[in-house]
Amino acid sequence: MLAHRPAVGVSAVDATVLEVRNLTTEFTTKWGTVRAVDDVSYSLKRGETLGIVGESGSGKSVTALSIMRLVPSPAGRIVGGEVRLNGRDLLALSEGEMTGVRGREIAMILQDPMQALNPVLKIGDQVAETIAIHQGLRGKALLEKVIEALRHVRIPAPEARVKDYPHQLSGGMRQRVVGAIGIASQPSVIIADEPTTSLDVTIQAAYLRLLRQLQEEYGLGIVFITHDFGIVAKMCHRVAVMYAGRIVEMADVGTIFDSPLHEYTKALINSVPPLEADLERLPQLDGQPPLLHDLPPGDAFAPRSTLAFTPEDASVRPELVEVEPGHWVQLSRPSVADFDRYAHLVSYG
Amino acid sequence: MLRFLRKRLIASAIAMLLVTLVVFVLARIQGDPRALYIDENMSQEMYEALGRELGLDRPLYYQYWVFVSQIATGDLGVSIHQHRPVADIVLERLPATLKLATAGFIFSIVIGVPLGILSAVRRGSAWDFAGRTFAVLGHSLPSFWVAIMAIFIFSVQLRWLPAFGDGGLDHYILPAVALGWAAAGGQMRLMRSAMLETLDSQYVVLARAKGVSQRGVIFKHALRNALLAPLTFAGLTLGSLITGAIIVETVFAWPGLGLLAINAVVASDYAILQGVMIVITFFYIATSLLVDVVYAWVDPRIRYE
Ligand SMILES: Nc1ncnc2c1ncn2[C@@H]1O[C@H](COP(=O)(O)OP(=O)(O)OP(=O)(O)O)[C@@H](O)[C@H]1O
Ligand SMILES: [Mg+2]
Repeated sequence: MLAHRPAVGVSAVDATVLEVRNLTTEFTTKWGTVRAVDDVSYSLKRGETLGIVGESGSGKSVTALSIMRLVPSPAGRIVGGEVRLNGRDLLALSEGEMTGVRGREIAMILQDPMQALNPVLKIGDQVAETIAIHQGLRGKALLEKVIEALRHVRIPAPEARVKDYPHQLSGGMRQRVVGAIGIASQPSVIIADEPTTSLDVTIQAAYLRLLRQLQEEYGLGIVFITHDFGIVAKMCHRVAVMYAGRIVEMADVGTIFDSPLHEYTKALINSVPPLEADLERLPQLDGQPPLLHDLPPGDAFAPRSTLAFTPEDASVRPELVEVEPGHWVQLSRPSVADFDRYAHLVSYG
Repeated sequence: MLRFLRKRLIASAIAMLLVTLVVFVLARIQGDPRALYIDENMSQEMYEALGRELGLDRPLYYQYWVFVSQIATGDLGVSIHQHRPVADIVLERLPATLKLATAGFIFSIVIGVPLGILSAVRRGSAWDFAGRTFAVLGHSLPSFWVAIMAIFIFSVQLRWLPAFGDGGLDHYILPAVALGWAAAGGQMRLMRSAMLETLDSQYVVLARAKGVSQRGVIFKHALRNALLAPLTFAGLTLGSLITGAIIVETVFAWPGLGLLAINAVVASDYAILQGVMIVITFFYIATSLLVDVVYAWVDPRIRYE
């Protein structure tokens, strides 16, 4: 089995920085209303990395955007839930207050460094912008801070790089710039949405190492969205598996790999290629990812399950229950082999 | 940047040469240029002497060379009706056309660009709807019809604005709207779609995630990237506004190149028509060169190619 990342350091114990409760986000599309994030709850401690995995379209990015309150509007909107960052409910803040939180207390690293940097602004200016906004620095002090941030993400000769435009840097360097923007104001949480998908393997490894170092240095909490279970094993302390906008299983990384309970988690893990064959995406599981505008009313996974679902089993929406301390799973009757052991936890309304 | 400039300059020169070639060929296709001078008292000797004077006994490529070098020195020939150098006549009328085109241009930018930004930022709102209606109307209403309706409503009925001729600022309003509406509509639609695209881009998401305010996102991050398409379009419209002026000038009796060209057609004064054509082409090519330079300045990727 893969070597798992050890548990979070003692100093971090129980300092919850981010808590998401019953978060629900909908989009209005021409096929009707689509629930891209459906009743998602999780928490993140200081210095901890929570992996979010799931097929394309399962709602990983929209969950991240909802936390940042950057869901594309007017098509999308958050319809319910709470997002507590250091105890404060972000969904209750005014837009002006939220602007002060973004980049200061919670930052984001996006998937594609080619697209994430503004092509017409020098990278120095793009890093400077966030520092100027949140730390109020100007002129020489600002420039020094920018160079320091670039040096922090191990960009060589940062004094010269500040004058470069994004297209003059390699993909790996650009992603470091995005990282520098993320950590510039020392936020307590960073959401990394597939930050290494577009990088090649060695650059990816270096970047992940860098993220871990920064995490240890600052005690960053990281929400790490990825398709790649190899990265999950290296980076994450805990993992949440998403399907059709819901979390179907969540546990520490050892449990997810060694004793997953949900059929979908097992299928995802079994479809992981041997480590040397680093694929960008998960190999196809059997069946199609669900169409969100046309979800079955009860258990969204039932139509793809290879298990024997009776119509009655399929018609109930499974709850996410804590079957062991720290191990949460959506219990549907057929999806958990020894369902009877946990049956007392479930109360089908 | 210098290399880029040199490349563009050479391309523009070639384009200009090609246009003079077309004008030259058209002129020769028209028939023997002596035909316009002939009268019944003309002897065969006089006819041939005229041919030598006009260089018609020389090979065609030589005639073309003379034609181009004359244009290059600002010699556009002589009008057979006005008996004056065409260059003088065209230069007299040029300022009026340029002023009108500039007015139309300013109208298209000042109305089109902000309307496009507003429509994109308030996607789906009443502003968006109004902006798009404005664009569709500008696109589908012919400029002469707009010109006539404008005169009818604002000059004849309401008596707010003058209907004819050059004059103070108020003389510019109706012709500028008639001339610039289509361009303003195009500008608005381009600005809107470019803005929608950049507002949806990853770097705008990242800018918002950094804590940049809505205003900063729109003006610093989205607008500058979105300006490229409307900028190119603006340059092209500047050229087409000069050509479009021909129609609007006739309706408003505006003493510019358009009116000159129409009168030249009526009088079959080919030299003047040719002169107007060359001058308009020159402006068309010069404005698109200017646009490319500005474009390269806005987008560093082009500069460093
Ligand atoms: N702008 C949008 N308009 C309408 N629906 C959207 C929009 N963005 C996302 N969705 C819906 O939300 C669902 C989840 O999208 P999301 O981007 O979160 O998936 P993801 O898990 O991040 O997938 P991937 O692995 O491909 O990045 C999509 O399937 C789609 O139905
Ligand atoms: Mg995604």
